[in-house]
Amino acid sequence: MNLTSKDILGIKDMTKDEIEHILSTAQTMKYIITTNNKKTPHLSGKSIVALFYENSTRTRLSFELASKYMGANFASIAASSSSVAKGETLIDTGKTIQAMGTDVIIMRHPMSGAAELLAKNLNISIINAGDGMNEHPTQALLDMYTIKEKKGKIEGLKVAIVGDIYHSRVARSNIWGLKKLGAEVNVAGPSTLIPTEIEKMGVKVFNCVHEAIIDADVVIALRIQLERQKKGLFPTTREYSKFFGIDDEKLKLAKSDVLLMHPGPVNRGIELSSYAIDGKNSVINEQVTNGLAVRMALLYILTRRNKEFENID
Amino acid sequence: MKILIKNGRLIDYLSDFDGITDIYIEDGTIKEIGNELEYIADEIIDCTGLCIIPGMVDMHCHLREPGFEYKESIETGINSAAAGGFTTIACMPNTNPVIDNQAIVTFIKEKAKSAGKVNVFPIGCITKGQNGQELAEIAEMKLAGVVAISDDGKPVSNPLVMKRALQYAKMFELPVISHCEDKELVDEGVMNEGYTSTILGLKGIPREAEEVMVARDVILAENNDCHVHIAHISTKGSVDIIRNAKKRNVKVTAETCPHYFSMTDEAVVGYNTNAKVNPPLRTSEDVEAIKKGLADGTIDVIATDHAPHHIDDKNVEFNNASFGISGFETALSLCVTNLLQTKVLTYKQFVAKISYNPSKILGINSGSISIGRIADLTIFAPNDKIIVNAQTFKSKGKNTPFDGYELKGKVCYTIVNGKIL
Repeated sequence: MNLTSKDILGIKDMTKDEIEHILSTAQTMKYIITTNNKKTPHLSGKSIVALFYENSTRTRLSFELASKYMGANFASIAASSSSVAKGETLIDTGKTIQAMGTDVIIMRHPMSGAAELLAKNLNISIINAGDGMNEHPTQALLDMYTIKEKKGKIEGLKVAIVGDIYHSRVARSNIWGLKKLGAEVNVAGPSTLIPTEIEKMGVKVFNCVHEAIIDADVVIALRIQLERQKKGLFPTTREYSKFFGIDDEKLKLAKSDVLLMHPGPVNRGIELSSYAIDGKNSVINEQVTNGLAVRMALLYILTRRNKEFENID
Repeated sequence: MKILIKNGRLIDYLSDFDGITDIYIEDGTIKEIGNELEYIADEIIDCTGLCIIPGMVDMHCHLREPGFEYKESIETGINSAAAGGFTTIACMPNTNPVIDNQAIVTFIKEKAKSAGKVNVFPIGCITKGQNGQELAEIAEMKLAGVVAISDDGKPVSNPLVMKRALQYAKMFELPVISHCEDKELVDEGVMNEGYTSTILGLKGIPREAEEVMVARDVILAENNDCHVHIAHISTKGSVDIIRNAKKRNVKVTAETCPHYFSMTDEAVVGYNTNAKVNPPLRTSEDVEAIKKGLADGTIDVIATDHAPHHIDDKNVEFNNASFGISGFETALSLCVTNLLQTKVLTYKQFVAKISYNPSKILGINSGSISIGRIADLTIFAPNDKIIVNAQTFKSKGKNTPFDGYELKGKVCYTIVNGKIL
């Protein structure tokens, strides 16, 4: 099976079949990570460039290791140290990277739609590693992979996403994906951090976290950026944590085998209590492992696709 | 030059005329209107099947010169206006330097005169440097030729400054045009706040950012018995506030632009920067309210807010793209397609909003076709199809979200001062 697009820009435009194909490919890749010899020829001779306009530790490292485990050449550029700082436009930077024989650009950018803009202007594949408040498709894919691995299915599960929904690309990608795979999705957070008309995406909106997580199979807590407090979106982190943070007490309202997830990095004691992070329901570290598997799967699928379509471009 | 126009459908709001007639023009003036006129003319225009209306007046456009000639110049702007059927335009002062003193007013007028063609009237700043603090030399600018004052694009956020501007401008019978936008409420917004902004992950500009300032300015105009003209209204709430104010006989007039009754915020999907405009495209509910406001007289004027931009200002990340739509060359077709063909407005109402009312608000001698008047006319074919092609625009700004649209209504002749452009 092939993806219809040359790029991975978001979950919004993916079909259910495409998502499932990626998840099942990731299963094979996960096996490679667990072996003693983490080197395969899948991406041999391919060139992957990470172009990051925002800070990132786990996503960038995850892509780098995914590329290297499969034998690709990998380079990465941070916007602060590149010609972007000299005023080069995104499209010009992208064309420069393309001209060096790159097969895939992995980009993170603070502005929504930046990945789509780059993809429209280049022939090579773009993987969106997060664009503004729009989408973070690889995070959603690894979350869905984790849920499926642990629960055996996604359809019919009750998933609660809690926190700063407004600014969250992770929330948006997960909502698109989970709805496509048949989950029931609740979102909860302070009303200042719930985007307008989000219920039209097919989710139920709660301001009370307790109500949102009753009988949940999965709770996804989101990172709260501390600068949001300075912008007046909530009064203090103390109050935020009390009303919207997840702790053992609140988690008891969910099913006993609830999965507690977080895209990282966590603000311990704010959106999640330390007990919850390190408790039996937490799968936060497994999410990281699965992230690597999912990214290996995506790189493999996209570079194969490029080969078959070589004559067209 | 002598022009004889034969068998056209003349629609005039002031004289309340709508019928087939001939018009004879000599030396820039309308000499005779009547059936079966016979004159020896330099040019005879057969207008069978065509509409003849008083020259279209755009009271809100941006010509970008001085300062941003890479986006548009006075000359290219004038050519674009003429192609769009406009005989008179009033240009906003957010140039570089801004139009906040008589020297710049004179510069614009001279440049426009040497380019010839359409009549250009500058609009001066309300405040020096458009800074929203000290009043500009409003009276002196009036002497130099401004027809209104506005800090367009940079709203006067201080209500006391706005109050004084209204009081001061009243002495010189200059309308104050208010770009209503509360910058605090806009925050970092780049499109209408709603479902579309939510799914695109773009920060929203809420309707109240416009409406709180419309309400403020209506109250200032009411309490101080001054006239305020509200620029480019885009929301249902603004229409309601103005409709209410008019019932109380507040001296408020208002304009909207073709894109606000032709398109919704869904045009932004795909991060289409050509649909990025300020105020932003709203929802179908707002579009209907704007049409209703036009029909019931709440909205007096259709203006283009022609805002040409270079491709480099638009072919970037959505957040980084400039706000604005190149509007001269699609205005008539959008009005014909979305207001006349759909019978939202009668032809006479349309003439009021595109010619008579803006002339009256600006205090200029145009807006009607009658014997003895200067011959400013727009002639269009209401049933001709056009396909919008931005690349053929006379404007330097190819930034339109309507590129490729099939519309009804084609400009055939723009006649200014008795000359066919």
